[in-house]
Amino acid sequence: MNIGTRKILDRSFTAVGIGSIIVMAIALMIVVVPIVTNGIGAVFFTGTIEHRKMLLNEFRRGDSENLSSEVASSERYRANVYNMLTGFEAELETMAPEKKAEYKGKYSQVRSALQALLGPLPGDSAPMLTRSKYGQTRWEKAEEKLHDLLYESKWDNSNPDVMSKEYFVNRAIGFEGTSLVKLFPYVKDNLEKMLLPEFTVYWGFITDSSVDSHFFGGIWPEIQGTFFLAIGAMLFAFPLGVVAAVYFTEYAKPGFLNSMLRSANSTLAGVPSIVFGMFGLAFFINTLKVSESKSVIAGALTLAIMILPTIIRSAEEAILAVPKTYREASLSLGSTKWNTIMTVILPAALPGILTGGVISLGRAAGETAPIIFTAAVSVGSAIGLADVFSSPTPALSWNIYNLASEHEAASQIRHVQYGMVLALVSIVLLLNLSAIVVRARVSKKLKG
Amino acid sequence: MTVDAKDVSESAPVQKATRDIYLPPERKKISGGDTTHISAKEFSIYYGEFEAVKRVSADILSKYVTAIIGPSGCGKSTFLRSINRMNDLIPSCHTTGALLFDGEDVYGKFTDEVLLRKKVGMVFQKPNPFPKSIFDNIAYGPRLHGMNDKKKLMEIVERSLRKAAIWDEVCDRLDKNALGLSGGQQQRLCVARTLAVEPEVLLLDEPTSALDPKATAKIEDLIQELRGSYTIMIVTHNMQQASRVSDSTMFFYEGVLVEHASTAQLFTNPKDPMTEDYITGRFS
Repeated sequence: MNIGTRKILDRSFTAVGIGSIIVMAIALMIVVVPIVTNGIGAVFFTGTIEHRKMLLNEFRRGDSENLSSEVASSERYRANVYNMLTGFEAELETMAPEKKAEYKGKYSQVRSALQALLGPLPGDSAPMLTRSKYGQTRWEKAEEKLHDLLYESKWDNSNPDVMSKEYFVNRAIGFEGTSLVKLFPYVKDNLEKMLLPEFTVYWGFITDSSVDSHFFGGIWPEIQGTFFLAIGAMLFAFPLGVVAAVYFTEYAKPGFLNSMLRSANSTLAGVPSIVFGMFGLAFFINTLKVSESKSVIAGALTLAIMILPTIIRSAEEAILAVPKTYREASLSLGSTKWNTIMTVILPAALPGILTGGVISLGRAAGETAPIIFTAAVSVGSAIGLADVFSSPTPALSWNIYNLASEHEAASQIRHVQYGMVLALVSIVLLLNLSAIVVRARVSKKLKG
Repeated sequence: MTVDAKDVSESAPVQKATRDIYLPPERKKISGGDTTHISAKEFSIYYGEFEAVKRVSADILSKYVTAIIGPSGCGKSTFLRSINRMNDLIPSCHTTGALLFDGEDVYGKFTDEVLLRKKVGMVFQKPNPFPKSIFDNIAYGPRLHGMNDKKKLMEIVERSLRKAAIWDEVCDRLDKNALGLSGGQQQRLCVARTLAVEPEVLLLDEPTSALDPKATAKIEDLIQELRGSYTIMIVTHNMQQASRVSDSTMFFYEGVLVEHASTAQLFTNPKDPMTEDYITGRFS
């Protein structure tokens, strides 16, 4: 091979390598930046007076005196809206029947848009759901709802060859010539005074339970459930995995059985996680009956089975990486095999074993499929440590999926979804970081 | 040049050359040093089918220093490691014949290899301290054997380090990690670690091959210090070293013990022409 080709070949590795890293980095940015920006929005946002009302009523948080003065000032501006509504309702009664029917339909749309914006209006019956008790709690959502009030969304499907297109019609035009026409500019100009937006830091997002299936409140039950499941899984899988790895490396005699066990272990590592979920349901709940139905313990056991092969593998590799000379030195001093393993081999393999363990812990925290049938519920309160044997728990991974796809008002609570994703990503990242720190500290101690 | 293994081992009965050990004037005779400590009888070691050590018969006298020389792959390390059964780590390794330590069969059915290794300490080619503090390295053996008294442990550590002539260098940093020491210091630490369990025999497997000349000299001085207190066996590639430190020398070639004689005799007046070829450097 001539020198030119050689150089081109060498450089092609560099070029393709750097290229693929750049592609990965860009892809990561595209995913991570919205998660971080939107997720932070769950804690730091511009909250309205409705948010403060909600906090006081549902969580007993906030300054009630301050709030009542705020409510008073907000009500001054809202009163005009209410007056306009009652004025228009009186006007409606005087109209001719067909005109009245036409306006009544439009008016009810306006009313519901106003309810979404400001909360229940005077004359409404007490709402059933907590979410209907309050207007918009977040200012950016309020601005969207204002748009809904001002403009009616219509779909243009006149041309059957193209997809129908959404367009907006100014609602005010529909009320031309009535008293209600003044409402629209008034609400537009005075929305800020009615909702009193101010910058809010809501740490309760992390520490509170949710109210009305994640409409308000926080994600603490999910965070706690994730920790319970992941740590529970580790409590089972880590000791078992390390012992199994010691058996494989130190005690197993090479042969048919051993190679079968090893390949079984490798195969288990590659089994899709949903299969482990089914297994957990069939084995732990239906056969062993560790609990009546879904429970933290069943989920933790299922996750444990799932991460066990990985822990065994990494521990095995860590043990094999311990220099043979340590073993020889220990044995030559009259140490038994057991003592050699406990006092020399396992301590020296500890960094590797721990790294594998913490990475598995991160995986257990993030897995969804194994806990669908065994542990996860979509809405629930934080459970006590004594309840892990009987109660299911919400968990971040499952609730992210649930909120994004199965929640009846998924588009209303995007900030909660992003907040959960950010929380999960942070937890996993934190675990991996701690793995790096632990590894560095232990190996520094070993190297001297 | 090959040797027919059978011929040699049949023609060579148990080589008792060291019974009437010839000592040069500068080496003192050791009292009580004329008892056989380790004795091999038609002793063979196999790796699977391969016979690495072929029907060796020899007596090793207690308290003297015995050197084992020979070209690479001649089985000298295998023989040394068989004395404290370190070869057990290799699954395919098995033996025939007898190897007696204090009159008891090392490979006997009821031999406790852990107890044996306590009596037969070993220092390896590469210094291999544990990744622990210097103190913990030395105290490792005594602790294993049930010594937990801190004061007594400290005494043992100091005594062992003094015996290994490294006390002065490390006495102020016993709590530092042993891997921070230099190669030569590490090797002497390994000797001290072995001495801490108070063995009767010290096996040195090329203890200076990874060390520089200065550190080598220190290890050799150390062997001279320990001579008379322990039965020492040292495998070495370095013939000068063998002649400097040992009282008797075994020459291995292709698994066969070709000659076993007092060092002075083997190096000045070898009986076997092959030994002569080797020590004069005609092959290696």
